[in-house]
Formats: sequence, structure tokens, C-alpha cells
Amino acid sequence: MTSSPPTPTAAALDPHALRADFPILSRSVDGHPLVYLDSAATSQKPRAVIEAEVAFLMNENAAVHRGAHTLAAEATELFEDARATVAGFVGAEPEQLVWTSGATAGLNLIAYAIGNATAGRGAPASARVALVPGDEIVVTEIEHHANLVPWQELAARTGAILRHIPVRDDGAIDLDAAAAVIGGRTRIVSVTHVSNVLGIVNPVAELVALARDAGALTVLDACQSAPHLPLDLPALGVDLAVFSGHKMLGPYGIGALYGRSEVLEALPPFLTGGSMITRVGLDRTEYLPPPQRFEAGTQPVSQAIGLAAAVRYLDGVGMGAVHAHERALEARMGEALRQIPGVRLLGDAPAAERVGLWAFDVDGVHAHDVGQFLDSRGIAVRVGHHCAAPLHARFGLTASVRASTALYNTVDEIDAFADALAQVRPFFGGDS
Amino acid sequence: MSGLESLYQELILEHSKRPHGKGLTDADAAGRTGTSHQRNPICGDEITLRVRLNPDDTIRDVSWEGAGCSISQASASMLAVLIDDGEGRMPQATASDLIDGFRTALRSRGTIPLDEETYGDAEALSGVSKYTARVKCAMLAWVALEDALVRAA
Repeated sequence: MTSSPPTPTAAALDPHALRADFPILSRSVDGHPLVYLDSAATSQKPRAVIEAEVAFLMNENAAVHRGAHTLAAEATELFEDARATVAGFVGAEPEQLVWTSGATAGLNLIAYAIGNATAGRGAPASARVALVPGDEIVVTEIEHHANLVPWQELAARTGAILRHIPVRDDGAIDLDAAAAVIGGRTRIVSVTHVSNVLGIVNPVAELVALARDAGALTVLDACQSAPHLPLDLPALGVDLAVFSGHKMLGPYGIGALYGRSEVLEALPPFLTGGSMITRVGLDRTEYLPPPQRFEAGTQPVSQAIGLAAAVRYLDGVGMGAVHAHERALEARMGEALRQIPGVRLLGDAPAAERVGLWAFDVDGVHAHDVGQFLDSRGIAVRVGHHCAAPLHARFGLTASVRASTALYNTVDEIDAFADALAQVRPFFGGDS
Repeated sequence: MSGLESLYQELILEHSKRPHGKGLTDADAAGRTGTSHQRNPICGDEITLRVRLNPDDTIRDVSWEGAGCSISQASASMLAVLIDDGEGRMPQATASDLIDGFRTALRSRGTIPLDEETYGDAEALSGVSKYTARVKCAMLAWVALEDALVRAA
């Protein structure tokens, strides 16, 4: 069940009109209009999101799930409505959506819950997710550190073995290698939907099929897909998925974990304490069912309401229109960058399904210097390893430059970026 | 001078393209040697710097290997030139003072410039102190020398 309205087929997205909704986009940097090409790091927020949080704090703020008074009831209703809104955005039911503080927290939640199951907590339901030494956890070599390091830790704690699906030179996931890596001992397959460096939409359906054949749990990092593509997580068939609010026009400190109901049922809690219990004694405690089982402590209530406002904003534009707009920007950017001598695009796989970002290397000029030069023109890009150091090592780099778009970027901005980039190598002295 | 030009002065670009002191010397069998490896995890700047001491504890030379942005490369080169100005006999105390003064200026957010007489070409790095994200790049080689001297002791 999805709450997205039908995508307007006639009217394409008008970024110039949308920009008026984003106050920060009208500022300048050192005399230059801001060209914000770092939305993959964090997105800008429309007035509607900022105002939704403020309105809640000014009018309805109270403790949710705990109070018998009117204000508490109003706050609780808004909080749970927000849950339904965000769940609907990804095709899920409200009880399948757990609030988290972000994708990193969500991935840690899954890893630690499985670790707890392995230690016998939550039995007998949790036995199906418990690990034994020699079991295998499979990720790819292009993951963001948030979808890599928690699995390293889980493997170290449980005696499971971490394995990696390789990427091809053109940035596409090697499905033949995946079929070889995912096998009889595989218990977890966790992959990114869209790489935050390569921008390519990965073959999730095929990977889920391989995992299902092996009887393994699937986890999807949807951080770079939820903001940029229409998403239907139940239809994708993944068991669990995470995404972050601040990358999709929403506030910091809020994200969501989606899970198929029977999978969430099997997981013991990670964080424990108040709000996730049914009965507490001095020595033992019983826990609520999902999603509240995983929502210990006071939740980021105003932020959840802000995220729901972000979802309504995105639905108002239409995720199909968002994707089409960013695809056009990505194509223009890729085309322009390919013309610049010395620029090497990462993940230039032909005919790949993409979101609107490109990471690249400039021959003879360090990423940090490229970023500095672009910044002097008001152009904000990201430089470094983008929390994907193994991916960079795979492509023979320690750092790259990444330009990433969102629904508020324009063709003029892409052109300004490409023009400025063409001047970088001459400024730093050509081939050094 | 625009912000970019004050950061990337001609001297800096020249030093980064033809860096002085690049190429690690062999560790000295006769005197003492200290080698330090430093990384800037944010952007991947990396340096291995080797200092060789004379029997009387003065600095004979520094050499280095590494890769990174033009600021980090130029800074390492300029540091090597400065040490060379000591003609193979710079007292360690002099080097420590230079490092401390450099650090103070770089952290001053543009309020304390480097003195050209004392720092030579490295004075051109004064502009970096207004760009807090690049201070670590400029400091890398100097931190490496500081560490290498401790290791040579």
C-alpha cells in the first residue's frame, strides 16, 4: 500500500519554483551564488519541514505514549500519523516502521539485535536469526562504512565470517561473483540500493533472489534511493531496510528501519529501557511487540513530524518526477565531465540505472584542491573517501570528488559546475 | 588578492610540482634516525618523513615520501628547504621553535602571519590559516618532523 499520488506525467518538475521553498539556496558564498551539489551528504530542507517541527513545538509538544492529558494525546496522534506517512512512502504498514536516529543507528540495531539473538535473547522466536561460528555475512565491496563496520563487529562477536561481493571496473555489481559468494552458509546479505559514490542502482531483485535461495536474511541500505527514486520496499522483497531523514529533506537525528513483520518479530531488542516494555520487575522484563520494541527511550518526536512533512513535500512533487529530473541532470553532468581532459568518472557503466550523482578523479590534482577551487566559485561538492574507503581502494584512489544533485538543482548549476571544473587543471599547472 | 590566490600562491604551486626533499634517504648507520608516518584521514594526505641527526644531536637532513593535496606537498617541500638552510647542523631546539611558531600561526585563523625572514618560502602558507579545513594539510609534514625527532632521541 503506497501513499504516493500518481506522478504527473505532463508537468515535469520545475526546480526554479521549488527553490523558493528552500531558504538556504538563495544565499551566496564569497560573492558567488551557492551551487549546492552535496545533497548526498545532507539535503537542504524546505520551509514546510522546518515549520512543521516549529509548529509542533509551539502547539502540541508533549510526551508521546505516556500521558493521559489532551496535549499528550495530540502529540501521540501526530507522532503515529507521522509513522503511517513515512511507512506509506516506502509501501509499508505503520507497524513495519521503526523510528531510529538514522541509517547508521538502524544498521547497528539490526547487527546488535542479531548478536543478542545469537546470545540466546529472544528465544525461541529469535533462533531463526541467531548465528553460529562459520556462518557467513555477505556485503559488497562498495558499501558505506555504516553498512560494513557493524557487520565486521558482528562477525567478530559471533565467529561468523564476513564476505564481500566484488564490483566490476565499470561500477556494476558482479552478479556472477555474487552467485558464487552467496551460498549454503550465508545467513545475512546486506547491500546498498544505490552507492553514495557510484550512483548506480544495484540489482536488488537478483541479489534478493540469491539470498532467498540460500535462506539468508536480506538488509537494504536505502539512504541514496529513498530520496531519489519511488520506493516500494515490500515489493523489492527485502527483509529489512534503513534510510535517513536528513538525506531526504528531513531533519537530522531521525530515520527509519523497515522490516517484514515476521522478521521484526524474531528480533530481540538492542537498546532497552523505557517505552519498549510491557511489564518490568526488578529481575526480568517483558518487551512490547515491534515497532515499539525497538524504540527505547524518548523518541525524536518533533523530528519524526518533520520527516513526515518532508515525505508530504516529496509526494507533492512526485518521486517519479524527482527521479526523472535528477536523471536529466546526471546525464548532462556526465556528458560534460566526459569532455574535460583529465577527469575520470567512477562507475561509468553504460546503460546503468542511476541517481543524480557522479564521483570523479582529476588527473594530477588532489581531490581536496579540486574542492577548494570549486568552493571559491560558490560550488559545494564533497571531497574525500565519502565513508567508502574500501571502494576507493578498489578503484586505486584514496579520495575522489563527488557532485550530487537533488530536486532543487538546475541545469544552469550543472553547467556552472562543469565550466569551473574545466579550469581546475589549468589553474594547478596542467599535468603535475 | 582573491581568497583562492592567497591560498594557492605561485610559490605553493611551484613547490607542490617540484617538491624539495622528496625521496627517503637510507637510515643512517653512523648517527641516529627518526622516521614518522602521518596521515590525514579526512582527505588521504599521507607522509613518511625521516630526520637524520649528527653525532652532536643537530639535524643533518630531512627527507620524505608521500602523496596528497598541493598544500601538504608544498608544505613538506618548504619545511625541507628550511631545514636545509641549517646547513646540516640545525639545533633541534631551533627546529622545535620553528614548528611551534608555524603551528601558532596556522591555528590563528588569519590573525598571526608567518615571518618571511624566519620561514622563507613557507611564509606563503600564511593564507592557509584562514581555511580551517586545510590547516591539517599544511601541518602534516611539520607534525611528522616533530614526531620523527622524538623517535630519533
